[in-house]
Amino acid sequence: MRLSTGGAIDRTKILNFTFDGKAYQGFAGDTLASALLANGVKLVGRSFKYHRPRGILSAGSEEPNALVELRTGAYREPNTRATVVELYEGLVAQSQNRFPSLKYDVLSVNGLLAPVFAAGFYYKTFMWPASFWEKLYEPMIRRAAGLGRNARLPDPDVYEKSTAFCDVLVVGAGAAGRAAAAQAARAGGRVILADENPPVSGAENVVYLPRTTVFGVYDGGTYGAAERLADHLPAGPGPRQRLWRIVAKRCILASGAIERPLVFGNNDLPGIMLAGAVEKYVSHYAVSPGRNGVLFLNNDDAASLIPVLTEAGINLAAVVDSRPKSSPAVRDAAVEASTALFAGSFIAQAFGGLAVTGVEITTSRGQTIKLECDFVAMSAGWNPAVHLTSHLDGKPVWDENIAAFVPGTLPPGMEVVGAAAGTGLNANIVPLWSVKNAGAKAFVDFQNDVTASDITLAKQEGFVAVEHLKRYTTLGMATDQGKTANVNGLALMAEATGKTVPETGTTRFRPPYTPVAIGALAGPHRGKNFRPTRRTPTHDWAAGLGAVFVETGLWLRAQYFPQSGEDWLAATSREVNAVRAGVGICDVTTLGKIDIQGPDAAAFLESVYTNSWANLPVGKARYGLMLREDGFVMDDGTTARLAEDHYVMTTTTANAAKVFQHLEFCHQWLWPALAVCFCSVTDQWAQIAVAGPRARDTLAKLVDPPFDISNAAFPYMAAAGLTISGTPARLFRLSFSGELAYEIAVPARYGAALAQALMEAGAEFGITPYGTEALGVMRIEKGHPAGAELNGQTTAHDLGLAKLFSRKKDFIGRALASREALTDPARPTLIGLKLVNQGDRFRAGAHLLPQNVPAVAAHDQGFVTSVAFSPTLGYWIGLGLLQNGPARLGEIIRVYDPIRNGDALAEVVSPVFVDPEGTRLHA
Amino acid sequence: MRIKCPYCGERGLEEFLYSGDATVARPRDGGAAATQEWTDYVYFRENPNGVHRELWYHNAGCHAWLVVTRDLRSHEIFGVEAAKNVALSR
Repeated sequence: MRLSTGGAIDRTKILNFTFDGKAYQGFAGDTLASALLANGVKLVGRSFKYHRPRGILSAGSEEPNALVELRTGAYREPNTRATVVELYEGLVAQSQNRFPSLKYDVLSVNGLLAPVFAAGFYYKTFMWPASFWEKLYEPMIRRAAGLGRNARLPDPDVYEKSTAFCDVLVVGAGAAGRAAAAQAARAGGRVILADENPPVSGAENVVYLPRTTVFGVYDGGTYGAAERLADHLPAGPGPRQRLWRIVAKRCILASGAIERPLVFGNNDLPGIMLAGAVEKYVSHYAVSPGRNGVLFLNNDDAASLIPVLTEAGINLAAVVDSRPKSSPAVRDAAVEASTALFAGSFIAQAFGGLAVTGVEITTSRGQTIKLECDFVAMSAGWNPAVHLTSHLDGKPVWDENIAAFVPGTLPPGMEVVGAAAGTGLNANIVPLWSVKNAGAKAFVDFQNDVTASDITLAKQEGFVAVEHLKRYTTLGMATDQGKTANVNGLALMAEATGKTVPETGTTRFRPPYTPVAIGALAGPHRGKNFRPTRRTPTHDWAAGLGAVFVETGLWLRAQYFPQSGEDWLAATSREVNAVRAGVGICDVTTLGKIDIQGPDAAAFLESVYTNSWANLPVGKARYGLMLREDGFVMDDGTTARLAEDHYVMTTTTANAAKVFQHLEFCHQWLWPALAVCFCSVTDQWAQIAVAGPRARDTLAKLVDPPFDISNAAFPYMAAAGLTISGTPARLFRLSFSGELAYEIAVPARYGAALAQALMEAGAEFGITPYGTEALGVMRIEKGHPAGAELNGQTTAHDLGLAKLFSRKKDFIGRALASREALTDPARPTLIGLKLVNQGDRFRAGAHLLPQNVPAVAAHDQGFVTSVAFSPTLGYWIGLGLLQNGPARLGEIIRVYDPIRNGDALAEVVSPVFVDPEGTRLHA
Repeated sequence: MRIKCPYCGERGLEEFLYSGDATVARPRDGGAAATQEWTDYVYFRENPNGVHRELWYHNAGCHAWLVVTRDLRSHEIFGVEAAKNVALSR
């Protein structure tokens, strides 16, 4: 019911909204909760387990009851608290957890099944038979007990992230927080004032972040905060929320206090609210929850509501003060308002169907009085909002004077002021943790439907430790983290066990203080923006030729270049044939490139590679193998010596960053005295492989004279700096394909021009661009191990590379690589596989078994690592790791792939299928 | 958590990689050391309930390896040194 005057709302701005499809109006400045109350809507939801009618309990972010689904379609957000949803034009909200409608919820029959749903019901009721759990019990419980519905669509909103640094972060813009912020600003500090509420007037020299919840405290003075930029607006462009990481030298916590409900029969009926909330609705929103109220309290603070109601013309039928002797503050206010005061009395229970219609009072003399009313305001005292003080393991301490926990040990740099520190909360409280009554449910945790009797039950069943109490009853485990519930629950357990509250202890709070949208945590890093995309220098050139791209780590690489009508296999086979018969080019820029310089560069390479490097002449490249210290293979690649003290190393695409980090480790931590330095130049150099019998003919047209690339002057594994059309370049005679081949490196900005120049130079030889598929086919034809074989579980022995171990030096991995088990011939070792029936095909991952034995794990002797259709040979070939592999050449084994229905026979062959003598390579 | 890199200043945790135990030392004579010494170095780690010395890598910064002295219970950091300087002085 809207009051005719007063409030901080703007009555000139009418806002239309709907709740459960029905149209209503409110004013600018309303929350959804205040607007619903203004329209006389008290019933807003159904409870979690029992489907009891629920209304609005609070006027803030602690709200456990009034949870609604906000907005529609992909924008739908469940479990938003109506008490903090600012009203906007066109707002659409739906109630939750009811079927078929809020007023007629068939599942409210759960209330009659209360014994079934009591504390620990999950564990007790649904134990047997176990197979019923997934099929029957869990779906049934999920339907019956629940909160809002997820939109089940990608989140269409946009989110931002931001970082801020300040001298002082003030959390909470109430009186204490604003004073602290102003003082800190006057002292010249950089001050951020963050507050979860809508903006009030700002402060001088203070960065004021309204609608911003500081939700977590992290190590090193780091705070997480969520700023709601557009939640109070209809959906539109621009970010919805911004996640702040605030690094503050000091933090002043002024988070205020949260009022506690009183625990009595049917205290969850719509219309029963916290006294402070009623006061806020009347004074701030000019809304009354009813015409005729009853105030139930155990402290002086709630007496301030009495004159507020009188002034607003709202009748107060009675004040019920549970203290044996009411205080002058309450007495005077009651007399002033001409309202009945029942001292030493209790509300035993409330009555009503979908809203409260009356209360039953037990007076100090034991009489029972029934009073009609349409709302109840209650106050059991205030809890300082200590949540952020305990995020770094701080333990709140009990303050007898206010019957509440106050901050104990604080995170470094934090101080607490105002009500959050317990200041000003001493209101002659006489704790009242629950009112005994016969039968009616008395709720402690409204959101999780935990009653006073659930806590008694937990005690009876031995779950007395606070952490056990919490988990057994689910007290405080709902989305509100028990902001209104925890202290009442702990105190009831203390009562039941005959201990004090401090002896009983407290659970500690964790971030987030209030729920944070996952979208805000993700920020802009979603989908393709989750990680950066790296493009090669020839990306646009390849795209222009119709290349299909594949993601390899962060890189996008050309996978194959289909011509019209070709599928991937036809395109790949054509590319392989073109390379083997003529010439092809492939961008290999993605290989890691590390420039290594210094007088000790050679000594450094000796330490990180298994093979020897000191004897590599200038102008030559060499294949190198790198191990981890545990003896397994880490990476491989070629390294060229460009000068006496200058090498350029390549790594595999996948391990480029890892190898670089490893080299830094070796240099900075293991051998810091070596005079060497290195730098990643992967992004600085474009590198293109030119492969095939006509590679030299093609290159000869581009290389500036007098550089001689004849086989005699520039043989296999040669390396040199030169110029190509005047551009500085590096040329390496390396081959991954097994053909006569080169890799040319030019500064990255010339990469696309180089590709274009090569295409023109090679046109007469039928030059063909090839992608990673053809690259992979040719390396399998040549038996070169790659990612599938360098899988972190293979040793040099397994890959047939043990001959690359130098005996004359120490290197990373040497000691443990020589362990017996890592050199056991019975280890699965690299072999080639050739199908007996050449029409068959097989797949990587298939198991290798002897013939004529049952296909069980005990007979598993290895697996297929790589498979390709070899256009050179005309059938499918593969590489695999097989026990005793090299000793079994010629043996027929079974390739068994039960998941994909593969079962074939294959001959064990050398992994080198094409040109085993290497004559093409050296041509 | 925030780490004060001796080269870059104080930076957020997300710039760093935790990368191992700084209290173990690679056996000096690589070839001759007993396998036991090697397995101790590669596999065995203490998990002290208190102050520890750890290696961190400034991955999104200067690429320095750092020795961070940190209380594993409170995450309080007592000192950050360049690993290279620590290694040179042992």
